[in-house]
Amino acid sequence: MDITPLINGLDSIPGLGLVFQAIGYLVAVLPPNSSSIMAQATPLALAALCGVLCERSGVVNIGIEGTMLASAFTAWVVGVALNPMFSADPSPIFGLTIPLVLALAAAILVAVIVSALHAWLSISLRVDQIISGTIINIAAAGVTGYLDQLISKSSPAGAGEFAQFTPPAALTNLPVVGWIFAMFLDQGPIGMSVIVFIIGAQIWLFRSRWGLRTRAVGEHPRAAETVGIDVIRLRYRNVMIAGMFAGLGGAFLSIEATNSFQIGMTNGRGFIALAAMIMGRWTPIGAFASALLFATFLQLGQLINIAPPGGDLGVAMSAIPAQFFDAIPYILTIVILAGVVGRSIPPAADGQPYERESAT
Amino acid sequence: MTEPTGTEITPALEMRGITKRYPGVVANDGISLEVRPGEIHALLGENGAGKTTLMNVLYGLARPDEGEILLDGKPIRIAGPSDAIARGINMVHQHFMLVPVLSVADNILLGEETMANRIFLDRKEAHRRIVELGRRFGFEIDPEAKVGSLSVGWQQRVEILKALYRNARILVLDEPTAVLTPQETEEIFAVLRRLATEGHSIVFISHKLYEVLEVADRITVIRRGRVVGQRLPSETNEDDLAELMVGREVQLTVDRGISHPGAPVLRVTGLEAKDDRGHPAVRGVDLEVRAGEILGIAGVAGNGQDELVESIIGLRHPTAGTVTLAGTDVTGHSPRDMNEAAVAYVPADRHRFGLIKSFSLADNLVLTSYYRPPYAHGVLRNGDAIQKDAISAVERFDIRTPSPTVAAGTLSGGNQQKAVVAREFDRDLKLLVLDQPTRGLDVGSIEFIHRQVIAKRDAGTAVLLVSAELDEVLEMSDRIGVMFGGRIVAVVDGRTADKNEVGLLMATGGTERGAAAPVEAAS
Repeated sequence: MDITPLINGLDSIPGLGLVFQAIGYLVAVLPPNSSSIMAQATPLALAALCGVLCERSGVVNIGIEGTMLASAFTAWVVGVALNPMFSADPSPIFGLTIPLVLALAAAILVAVIVSALHAWLSISLRVDQIISGTIINIAAAGVTGYLDQLISKSSPAGAGEFAQFTPPAALTNLPVVGWIFAMFLDQGPIGMSVIVFIIGAQIWLFRSRWGLRTRAVGEHPRAAETVGIDVIRLRYRNVMIAGMFAGLGGAFLSIEATNSFQIGMTNGRGFIALAAMIMGRWTPIGAFASALLFATFLQLGQLINIAPPGGDLGVAMSAIPAQFFDAIPYILTIVILAGVVGRSIPPAADGQPYERESAT
Repeated sequence: MTEPTGTEITPALEMRGITKRYPGVVANDGISLEVRPGEIHALLGENGAGKTTLMNVLYGLARPDEGEILLDGKPIRIAGPSDAIARGINMVHQHFMLVPVLSVADNILLGEETMANRIFLDRKEAHRRIVELGRRFGFEIDPEAKVGSLSVGWQQRVEILKALYRNARILVLDEPTAVLTPQETEEIFAVLRRLATEGHSIVFISHKLYEVLEVADRITVIRRGRVVGQRLPSETNEDDLAELMVGREVQLTVDRGISHPGAPVLRVTGLEAKDDRGHPAVRGVDLEVRAGEILGIAGVAGNGQDELVESIIGLRHPTAGTVTLAGTDVTGHSPRDMNEAAVAYVPADRHRFGLIKSFSLADNLVLTSYYRPPYAHGVLRNGDAIQKDAISAVERFDIRTPSPTVAAGTLSGGNQQKAVVAREFDRDLKLLVLDQPTRGLDVGSIEFIHRQVIAKRDAGTAVLLVSAELDEVLEMSDRIGVMFGGRIVAVVDGRTADKNEVGLLMATGGTERGAAAPVEAAS
């Protein structure tokens, strides 16, 4: 059956034509870019996972931004420092070199240390958790910015970067589903690990003993304590493990997505990740899906500038300043945090310091 | 080891000479307690008498300064809750230690997980054991139900199952009936008796005299940190126990006298309101309170009482219906409008809504009048007037405080509530709205507040009294409305009301369905 007249008929309805054109544009432009979208989503998803693990145990971590920044800087600096000392060729898969692996390890270590600081401030000293996180953000921005300027004076060579895995073309060229393979496989090691961590954390959180205890501690710490669970220790552990994911996300920025460090390169991702966490209702998979949505908008903002849609849609959109499209992810963050996307309920004890029932 | 004979059974649990001092107070002063196997032992005392401290010592949450604990005749040291649990000592706390968003099974498992391997839970096996355990004690429980959707009676059962799942031999229940209807209380007592016949030892903490008399095998009474007596239920009665507990003769029920209702003051018609989550909580309430009468609203907590009261007082916007005060429509008026119209309100949660805990007592006493003379001159406060008012209120309402300048939060619960009462009662009122006015208070404070309420009624004030404590409603009300599922399902005469009848209405809303099934709680 020929539906062209029908479509042409619909086209004559004002506005509807634009909607069809927009859908057509998205279908044409998004699947071929699935790998880049996933790359945009990677730091967001890892940071959101960090947020989920913290907040599920009752600790608000607004310092993810700073943690990532510290890790990004550490990875880069360690890479830069170690690179000249090793001359072995990178491995064929992922372009692994000893300096890169050590840089990644250092980034994770720093993230764990920064998280331990947040844990100590907010769990042991019971400092307001927002303040504690803010301290970390400000300190990370200041320290990395200062050190970066010192190091830049010596015009360092690169730190090296992880290489992307190239999946067989037979897979990525498959009709209809090829882009899904490209999305998850056409990635570096960190990008590829995200989906594993997300699914792992989802199962871990809802099926394991640790997960059950985490959720109980985030909801009703006193109840957990009365059945013999050490609330303080569990929170410390969670915040520090969560920090590892922020560290991975930070390292991704400086030694996988790029081979450089720029001042403030996290660029608000730690905060967008918190919005993704909320929109994902504090579940790893939900947070990941939300991170993907944000990433799609981030990517779209760039695509619209590079390859603007044609036709009426292009004309209509040329009336809108390009900056607007760049701002969409951030506007979306505000909309979500304002609770427009349905109210999601945080863990009941989220952000509340816990005081042990005194065993004096 | 000597064979236990009829009179010399080794106690399952013995606490000897337990002394626990906190800065400024001796919470426990040489308390000894002996619980035999298969015994229900009641620990009776007022709030603040030291019951909870004693149990915290037993549960390893507080370390005693003196004294020892013996389990089956052997001295032990309890390091913490997990140690207590490992020794078979379990506690059901007054405020349930349950996580509402988790399932029944997850709550029971927590801390004592049944594992499939080192990492993952074995929920199937856990479910099987929970269902089996429930059946053994006479109830069917759905392990996958969310605890938050269960009625308090069923939550109580989950708490007990939680203890049994851990092979509890000694079960401590702290005020287990505080929030239950009479029927639920009976059902829990049946479970407790069954536990006792199976050889479990039960410590039953309460300040409700008739319950203690009904369920306990022996009763130990403590007052101000000391054991003041031990009784067998067969050789004592409520008056004797009350005197022992309080240290003086108390009138357990305030004589409310005869009411002389006048013209209608408050009239509510077709009122509907939503709760904080946007679900309908009040679904069409009609009621009328006349001058000089007390209308009590009985109901299990979470059936829309709080939302009803807040809609009347102006804290919540009703979605439908009208509220009139002495013939004037006041629907949706602000709390201050209502206050100015001689309406007083005692909120259910004094910590969150009744007082500002970090403010001084004197400032709390003028929270509803600070903006007008004599407490303010234009934009300035008049400290002298506020102070003078406070000194007088402290005296007349018997608020025990070192001075009016101390933070309200440092006072005891009873004195905090007296402060709220002093602020709200101390003027001529048309309408007095009370939401759980005596929750968690000691017998003495309850008696005092009840007297004040009766005095207000006799002065011609219309009183709306909401309480989850059925005894309080029965004792105080001239008429009783029963609230269930957001509606007033029945209004009965306060003098002829039958406790069981009202209790049944509270639990079922007048239909016979679902007396044993989990009730959807709207809290």
